[in-house]
Amino acid sequence: MNKSVRPPAAMPSERATGLGFADRGDDIGEPDFQAIQQSPEFKVLRKRLLWFVFPMSAFFLCWYMTFVLFSAYDHEFMSRKLFGAVNIGTGFGLLQFVTTITIVLVYRRYAHKKLDPQVDRIHELAGVGKK
Amino acid sequence: MTSQIAARATGSPIINLSVFFVFVLITLFIVYKVTNRNSTTSDYYAAGSAFSGVQNGIALSGDFLSAASFLGISGAIAVHGYDGFLYSVGWLVAWLVALLLVGERLRNTGRFTVGDVMAYRMKQRPVRAAAANATLVITFFYMLAQMAGAGGLIALLLNVHSKSGQALIITGVGLVMVFYVLVGGMKGTTWVQIIKAGMLLICVTFMSVFLIGKFGFSFSAILGQAAQNSPLGGDLLNPGGWYGSNAMDQLDFVSLSLSLVLGISSLPHVLMRFYTVPDAKEARRSVVWCSWSMFIFYLSILIVGYGATALVGSDTIVNAPGGENSAAPLLAFKIGGAMLLGIVSAVAFATILAVVAGLTLAASASFAHDVYANVIRRGKADPRSEIRVARLTALVMGFLAIIGGIVTNGQNVAFLVSLALALAASANLPTILYTLFWRRFNTTGTLWSIYGGLGSGLVLIIFSPAISGSSTSVFKGVDFHWFPLTNPGLVSIPLSFLCGFLGTILSKHPSDPKKQAEMEVRSLTGIGTRT
Repeated sequence: MNKSVRPPAAMPSERATGLGFADRGDDIGEPDFQAIQQSPEFKVLRKRLLWFVFPMSAFFLCWYMTFVLFSAYDHEFMSRKLFGAVNIGTGFGLLQFVTTITIVLVYRRYAHKKLDPQVDRIHELAGVGKK
Repeated sequence: MTSQIAARATGSPIINLSVFFVFVLITLFIVYKVTNRNSTTSDYYAAGSAFSGVQNGIALSGDFLSAASFLGISGAIAVHGYDGFLYSVGWLVAWLVALLLVGERLRNTGRFTVGDVMAYRMKQRPVRAAAANATLVITFFYMLAQMAGAGGLIALLLNVHSKSGQALIITGVGLVMVFYVLVGGMKGTTWVQIIKAGMLLICVTFMSVFLIGKFGFSFSAILGQAAQNSPLGGDLLNPGGWYGSNAMDQLDFVSLSLSLVLGISSLPHVLMRFYTVPDAKEARRSVVWCSWSMFIFYLSILIVGYGATALVGSDTIVNAPGGENSAAPLLAFKIGGAMLLGIVSAVAFATILAVVAGLTLAASASFAHDVYANVIRRGKADPRSEIRVARLTALVMGFLAIIGGIVTNGQNVAFLVSLALALAASANLPTILYTLFWRRFNTTGTLWSIYGGLGSGLVLIIFSPAISGSSTSVFKGVDFHWFPLTNPGLVSIPLSFLCGFLGTILSKHPSDPKKQAEMEVRSLTGIGTRT
C-alpha cells in the first residue's frame, strides 16, 4: 500500500520517567510505529525471522515428539541394543542433545548474519540509533 | 543393611550443616554487597537490566537447575531408569522454545512481568489481572515442588525422621529465602543463582567424570552395572519402567513430555530473567549460554543417575529417608564420603533456596506491578509504595510456601514440577505466542486463552490420579478422580490455543492496529524499549 513511506526520523524514544506501561497514552516523541511496520526493511526482517523460527520450531517439536512417541509406543524397538548396554532409546535421546545444541548454534549464526544487521538498519532509518 | 547405610550417610550432620551454613553466609554477604538499596522498581525487579548475557545465562540455568532437576531427575533415573531420562531430554529441548520464539521478543516488549507483554496491546486491567492470577498459581505449584524437595533432603541430611522436625527445618529454609528476596531483590537473587549454578555444574561434572573413570571410561559399563543393581534388571534401560505399557499410561507419558517441552519457556520466574539484560542480543546470548550449561548438566545427570543405581543400588535409594530424591546425595557419600555429601547437600539446599527466592520474586513482582500498581491503583502508584507491596507479597508467598512444603513433603519433586509446567504451558505459552505473532489477537482472545488454559489445567489436575485415587496420590484413602491422566498437558495446552483462537474470532472488538504495530516493531527491533 504505502510502501514508499519511509519512517520519519523521530526523536529518540525517551518516555517520561514514571511507572511503566500504564501511563502510555501520549505519543509525543514516539517513533511512528505504523510507518515502520509498513516499511520494506521491516517486512524483510519479519519475513527472515518468521521463515526461520517457525519451520525450525516445527522441526524440533516433531523430532522430539518422534522420540517421545517411540518411547511410549514401541518399547521393543527402543530396547534393541546398539552396542554394549546402550540401546536405541538411549542413543535416540542423546541424539536429541546433539540436535538441540546444533539448532542453538545455527540460530545464533543466522541471527548474527541475517537479523542483527537488518535490525540496525531499521534503527538508523527510524532515527533511533543504536543503544 | 539399608538403614545402616542411611544412618551412616547422615552420620555427620555437623559437617553437612557447617558446609551449608558457610554457603549461606557467603551468599548473604554477596547479596549485601551487591545491593544498593533497590530504590527503584527497575532495580528491585530487573536488577536495573544491567547483567550481561553470560551472567544471565548462568543465572537462567540456575533458575532451572532446581531441586527438581538435580534431586528429582537423578532419583528418577536411578530408580526408574529410561523414563527418568526422558525428563532431562524434554528439559533440554525446551530451551529452544525460549531461544527461537520467546526470549528476545519478550525482552524487547516487556519490562518487569509476564503481564507487561500480555497486556501490551490489550485492555490493561482485565489482562493484567488474568496474567497475575496465572503467575501466582503457577508459581505456587512450582514452589510446592521445591519445598517438598527441601523436606526430603533434610530428612536425609540431618537424619530428621519426624514430620514435625522436618516441618521446623522447612520453616527455617523458608525464612532464609524470604530474607534473600527482601534484602537482595533481583540483583541479589541473580548473584545467588550464578554462584549456585556454577557450584552445581562443577559438582555434577566432577561426579560424572569420576564415575566414568571408575567404570573404565565406558558408559556402557555403568549402564550394565546399574541394570544388575536394580530390581527392574535389564528393563531399567528400556522404556516403560515408570509409566507402564497400558494405553492410558502411554498417553500420560506423551502428555507429560508435551508439558516438559512447552512448560519451561512459560514459567514466570524464567521469563522474568530476560528483563535483567540490557537488550535482545544479550537475551539471546543468555539462552545460548544457558543451553550449553543445560547440555553439560543433563549429560552429567544421566551418568550420576545410573551411577547411583550402579554403586548404591535402587533398593537402598528407595528405602533411604527422602526416598527417590536422595539418589544424588547417597551417591556423593559413596564416592566422596561425608565431605562430598556435605557439599552436594549444601549445593542442593542452595538450589532450593535460590529457586524459591526467584519464584517469590516473580510472584511478588507480578502482584505488586500488575495487580497493585496497574489494576488497583490504575497506574498511579509511586514506585516506593509498589516496592513495599512487592516486599509484603514476598512475605505472604514465603508463608504459603512453608505451609505447602510441609503438606507435600515426600512427593517426587520432578513429578510435582511437571504439574506446574503443564499449567504454565497451558496458561502462558499460547497467550504469549499469539500476542507476539498473530495480528488479530485481541483482549477477549487473551482472556480466553489464559483462563481457558489455567482453568482446564487446574480442574484436570484436581480430578486426576495425581491428587486422589491411586497409591501415589497426594490424598490417600479418598477417590474423586475421573480424569485418567496424571498430567493435564495433552488436553489443556491445545484447549488453551483453541480458546485463544475462538475468543479472538468471536469477539466483536477487533485488536488495536496502532498498538499492534507498536508491539510488533518493538518486539522485533527493540525500538522504543527502555532499558
